[in-house]
Amino acid sequence: MYHSYWDWNVGKKIIADLSQWRKTFEWVEEPYVSPDGETIAAIVKPEDLKFSVCANGELWENYFDKIWYLRFKPNNSLVALVSKDSRWTVAVAGQTWENGYDFVWDTRFSKDGKRITVAAVNENKYFAVTDGSPWEQTYPSLSNLTVSDDGRNAAAVVQSILFNSGEIFKFQQGCYTAAVNGKAWGTNFLNIWDMSFSPDGQHLAAEVRKTLYDYTIVVDGQPWDKNFLSVWKPKFNPKDGSVTAPVKVRGGWALARNGEIFWDERFLQLWHHQYSADGKNIAAIVAPRFGQWTIAVNGRPWPVTFNNLVTDLVVSPDGRRIACAAKSDGQWYIAADGQCWDNGFDMVWAPVFSPDSRHIAVKVEKDGRFFVVIDGNPLKMDFTAAWDPIFSPDSEKIMIKGIGCDGNESQYCRHILNLYD
Amino acid sequence: MTKQSPANIATIPDEGIDKGGQRLTTDQITRVISRHLEEEGGARLKIYMETCVHCGLCSDACHFYLSNDHDPKFSPAGKVKQALAPIIRKKGRVSVDFIKKASEIAFTECNLCRRCVMYCPFGINIAYLMLFIRRICHKLGVVPQYIQDTAHSHSATMNQMWVKEDEWIDTLHWQEDEARDEIENLRIPLEKEGADIFYSVIGPEPKFRAQLIYQAAVIMNAAGMDWTMPATSGWDNSDMCMYTGDEEMVARLKKVHFEAAMRLKTKRIVMGECGHAFRSVHDVGNRYLGWKMSPLSVIHAIEFYYELFRDRKLRVRQKYSIPVTLHDPCNVVRGGGLHELARYVIHETCSRFVEMHPNREHNYCCGAGGGVINCGPPYTKKRESSSKVKADQLADAMARGAKVIIAPCHNCHSGLEDTVKHYGLDMEIKFLGDIIYECIYK
Amino acid sequence: MMHEIFSFVRGPMVWIAFTVFTVGSLYRFISMWRLAKKKDSVVFNYFSFFYALRSIGHWIFPFAGVNMRKHPAMTVVAFLFHICLFVVPIFLSAHVIMFKESWNISWRWLPDPAADIMVMIVIVCCLFFWGRRIFLKEVRYLTSVSDYLILAAVAAPFISGLWAYHQWTAFSAVMIVHIISGEILLMIIPFTKLSHMLFFPFTRGYMGSEFGAVRHAKDW
Repeated sequence: MYHSYWDWNVGKKIIADLSQWRKTFEWVEEPYVSPDGETIAAIVKPEDLKFSVCANGELWENYFDKIWYLRFKPNNSLVALVSKDSRWTVAVAGQTWENGYDFVWDTRFSKDGKRITVAAVNENKYFAVTDGSPWEQTYPSLSNLTVSDDGRNAAAVVQSILFNSGEIFKFQQGCYTAAVNGKAWGTNFLNIWDMSFSPDGQHLAAEVRKTLYDYTIVVDGQPWDKNFLSVWKPKFNPKDGSVTAPVKVRGGWALARNGEIFWDERFLQLWHHQYSADGKNIAAIVAPRFGQWTIAVNGRPWPVTFNNLVTDLVVSPDGRRIACAAKSDGQWYIAADGQCWDNGFDMVWAPVFSPDSRHIAVKVEKDGRFFVVIDGNPLKMDFTAAWDPIFSPDSEKIMIKGIGCDGNESQYCRHILNLYD
Repeated sequence: MTKQSPANIATIPDEGIDKGGQRLTTDQITRVISRHLEEEGGARLKIYMETCVHCGLCSDACHFYLSNDHDPKFSPAGKVKQALAPIIRKKGRVSVDFIKKASEIAFTECNLCRRCVMYCPFGINIAYLMLFIRRICHKLGVVPQYIQDTAHSHSATMNQMWVKEDEWIDTLHWQEDEARDEIENLRIPLEKEGADIFYSVIGPEPKFRAQLIYQAAVIMNAAGMDWTMPATSGWDNSDMCMYTGDEEMVARLKKVHFEAAMRLKTKRIVMGECGHAFRSVHDVGNRYLGWKMSPLSVIHAIEFYYELFRDRKLRVRQKYSIPVTLHDPCNVVRGGGLHELARYVIHETCSRFVEMHPNREHNYCCGAGGGVINCGPPYTKKRESSSKVKADQLADAMARGAKVIIAPCHNCHSGLEDTVKHYGLDMEIKFLGDIIYECIYK
Repeated sequence: MMHEIFSFVRGPMVWIAFTVFTVGSLYRFISMWRLAKKKDSVVFNYFSFFYALRSIGHWIFPFAGVNMRKHPAMTVVAFLFHICLFVVPIFLSAHVIMFKESWNISWRWLPDPAADIMVMIVIVCCLFFWGRRIFLKEVRYLTSVSDYLILAAVAAPFISGLWAYHQWTAFSAVMIVHIISGEILLMIIPFTKLSHMLFFPFTRGYMGSEFGAVRHAKDW
């Protein structure tokens, strides 16, 4: 979305030399790099007992007693959780929100990076805060903070009924609910876990346990008619608004839609399903047999399986291609479109598709060095640290971000390469 | 053949069992159990129940039996006879009182230590049978109150101790601050993606034994490890649901734990000195999810310390001079084969080591494991009196000079503390980490 | 009358006994296999031949395991009992000769005095087991009527065989008892606790696999 404004001129840009930072500060934490690659930043300690953030060599003007969870928003601005005099708040590009809290955590961004939500607590009262505005309602506990794509809606699992530890029968009557923008659903459950907003942010679906034994999916406070032996995180179909979730029934895991079994296939495991943008295809990580992992697309598993795990399932922008990271016999691999790429690695990050869906680039690690693999071929550049590659909006170029290329082990550079050279 | 008077009434008041039992009728019990037998009672159950020839050879394996005057009711097969055989024979048509008693037996008279598996000529897995009863009790809602509460905590917070998300992070910040008073610039790296090691602990560490996190951080720092801990749920590797029979929750807990480590792109999980968590992560929970072995390698603290000394990552400043003995925890020794590695670490760090007997795979259980200590105060007396053989074993080691018991497991630690106190033994209990922290160059 | 009974138990009944034993055992194996496939896939997923054999090896070798050393008398008795229990019926000269007469197949047999002693060993062992059930409280507690009946079923063919061989009182009637009790024993193996004979390699092997391959520990 912002990609088109970024500098896509082919070549190498030296952004910063971290050895300088290490000379200047006795404390430099692991660095983070902005999506556009133009900024590298780390939490540093400019003075005794004072922390700040160094971005491209420049310090934030504010110092703090503590800083943690430094991250770049999708729109390249820098956010961290900071505390001064035992009050915690959010700092964006060094500027803090007006209010402080006893504690803040679990930073969430809207997809465009414009909105920030965090979980917060004041005097044992829990709530969420979006761009500095706290919820009006507070709760005795809060977890599983979730925000909608546009960041306008935030939800969390909250405790609605107080109970003392040991009150097992009270707990079993259901003491938890979900709150959306502070307002509780009104129906209580034993447990609520992972939740998803609909793409428009107007609906919320959640995994719940109604009794110790009955699991189901709840949409906007209303449970599905049927109960299951277990369920995993529900997802909304981006087009028709229906809700699907992996559910456990006798005979294995299946995908259910709006409470009814949707995929005929049964799997030993089925989770992390993803929709294509048009809502027509669903891919999921599955175990067709015990200890064998792969991807199933619309219920049909890939022929290739991995005996350790499959993770980071990614669907291409056009919805036709699937890629994932996988591990077999202790080695990590990349698999795409039903096939496993040749090389094994020590670690594989989530695959990245080009906007035209034709290319896949992946950050990988081998023997302590980091590489980028494009369409199965490792680039001949290696780094001491690297970040996820990004394709240009026209899918003709790729940005590689890393430290330690060309012999200088502390220099951070961003490289724009032409894919077709 | 003698008729033993069947002690078929649960003797110890427990709200979870008593109130849970009040809600039941015989018909309900029969319905739930017969469905359970139909769904989950497979070949193992059948063969185990059938091949047991009632030879009684398992008796000597069990510390409950040995500590309670060789009362046959406490022998492994004796417990199966009381709590499971009638269920199978009557196809679930048993009374409420029976279920209450079965729950007490399965939850508080067996530590699931699996020592008896090594004493049964057929390898009948009594722990499996006891867990089978516990799962029935879970399905009937007749589980001791304290451990059920812990299972609830797991479900609501993904940790064992009702620790809230912020409290966890705050504890790490606090321990980091504390540690910095001793070691400048020490860090407990939170959410550091791509670190080598994902360090996970059990719920009681941040709640009651935060100094263990401090010590772990010092050890990691001294060894120059690239490590991290998550600021999300998944930090707790413990699992009382494994012991209440709530297998669906076990799966959920382990998913959260493994996925936290996978999300952070760490290569391996190193866990603190806990036994049951190791069992859950290495052996049990992964299975419920379809992973044959744990998807990322799981390294118990014992093995981790062993690696650090073997690779000379840690250097000993001065060996620990007070004579020590080692309690081999069942879940990492009988369940993980780490006994020689533990001895390696002790030889590296301590100048005098006294073996207790029996040891290694044959060590007696601490009496606390398998969720027994988690059933809480109502059963403390029974637990203590059932640890007499453990006390004798410790007293013998003490007579041969041992003053400190190293117990690389949280449950063992708590169990042994009770035993040492109850039997008036003058011994101190330590984790391996305590010893290492004391004697290395930091 | 006697003769008719004799020729029945010596003829068709033998066939019936062997058929029940074989078919029964096969049935038990297959049904257990299928049940395990359905509900205990863990057994197949974790079965390791190496560790199964490692464990079985330790448990079929006298005094290889700690518990065997803890109970030396029981260990000696159990091994002698099981060895004699198998060896005598198969290598007894009278039995081998019957096979020779019936199907013209034969193998080396035991000298009769040796067999005689072995039979007595089996009987003494049975007495020992009986005594355990009466005098050891941990065994007595576990023991039910069926345990005595099974012990009797095992002892019967040996006692009657010894009787008949030595031609004590009414030995020809006892011979019929011997044959019948032997046939009954064979037939009940698959359907009673004696099926431990069939399932021992599997239970021990499975535990050996779990202890060896997953838990890196001994199970003896």
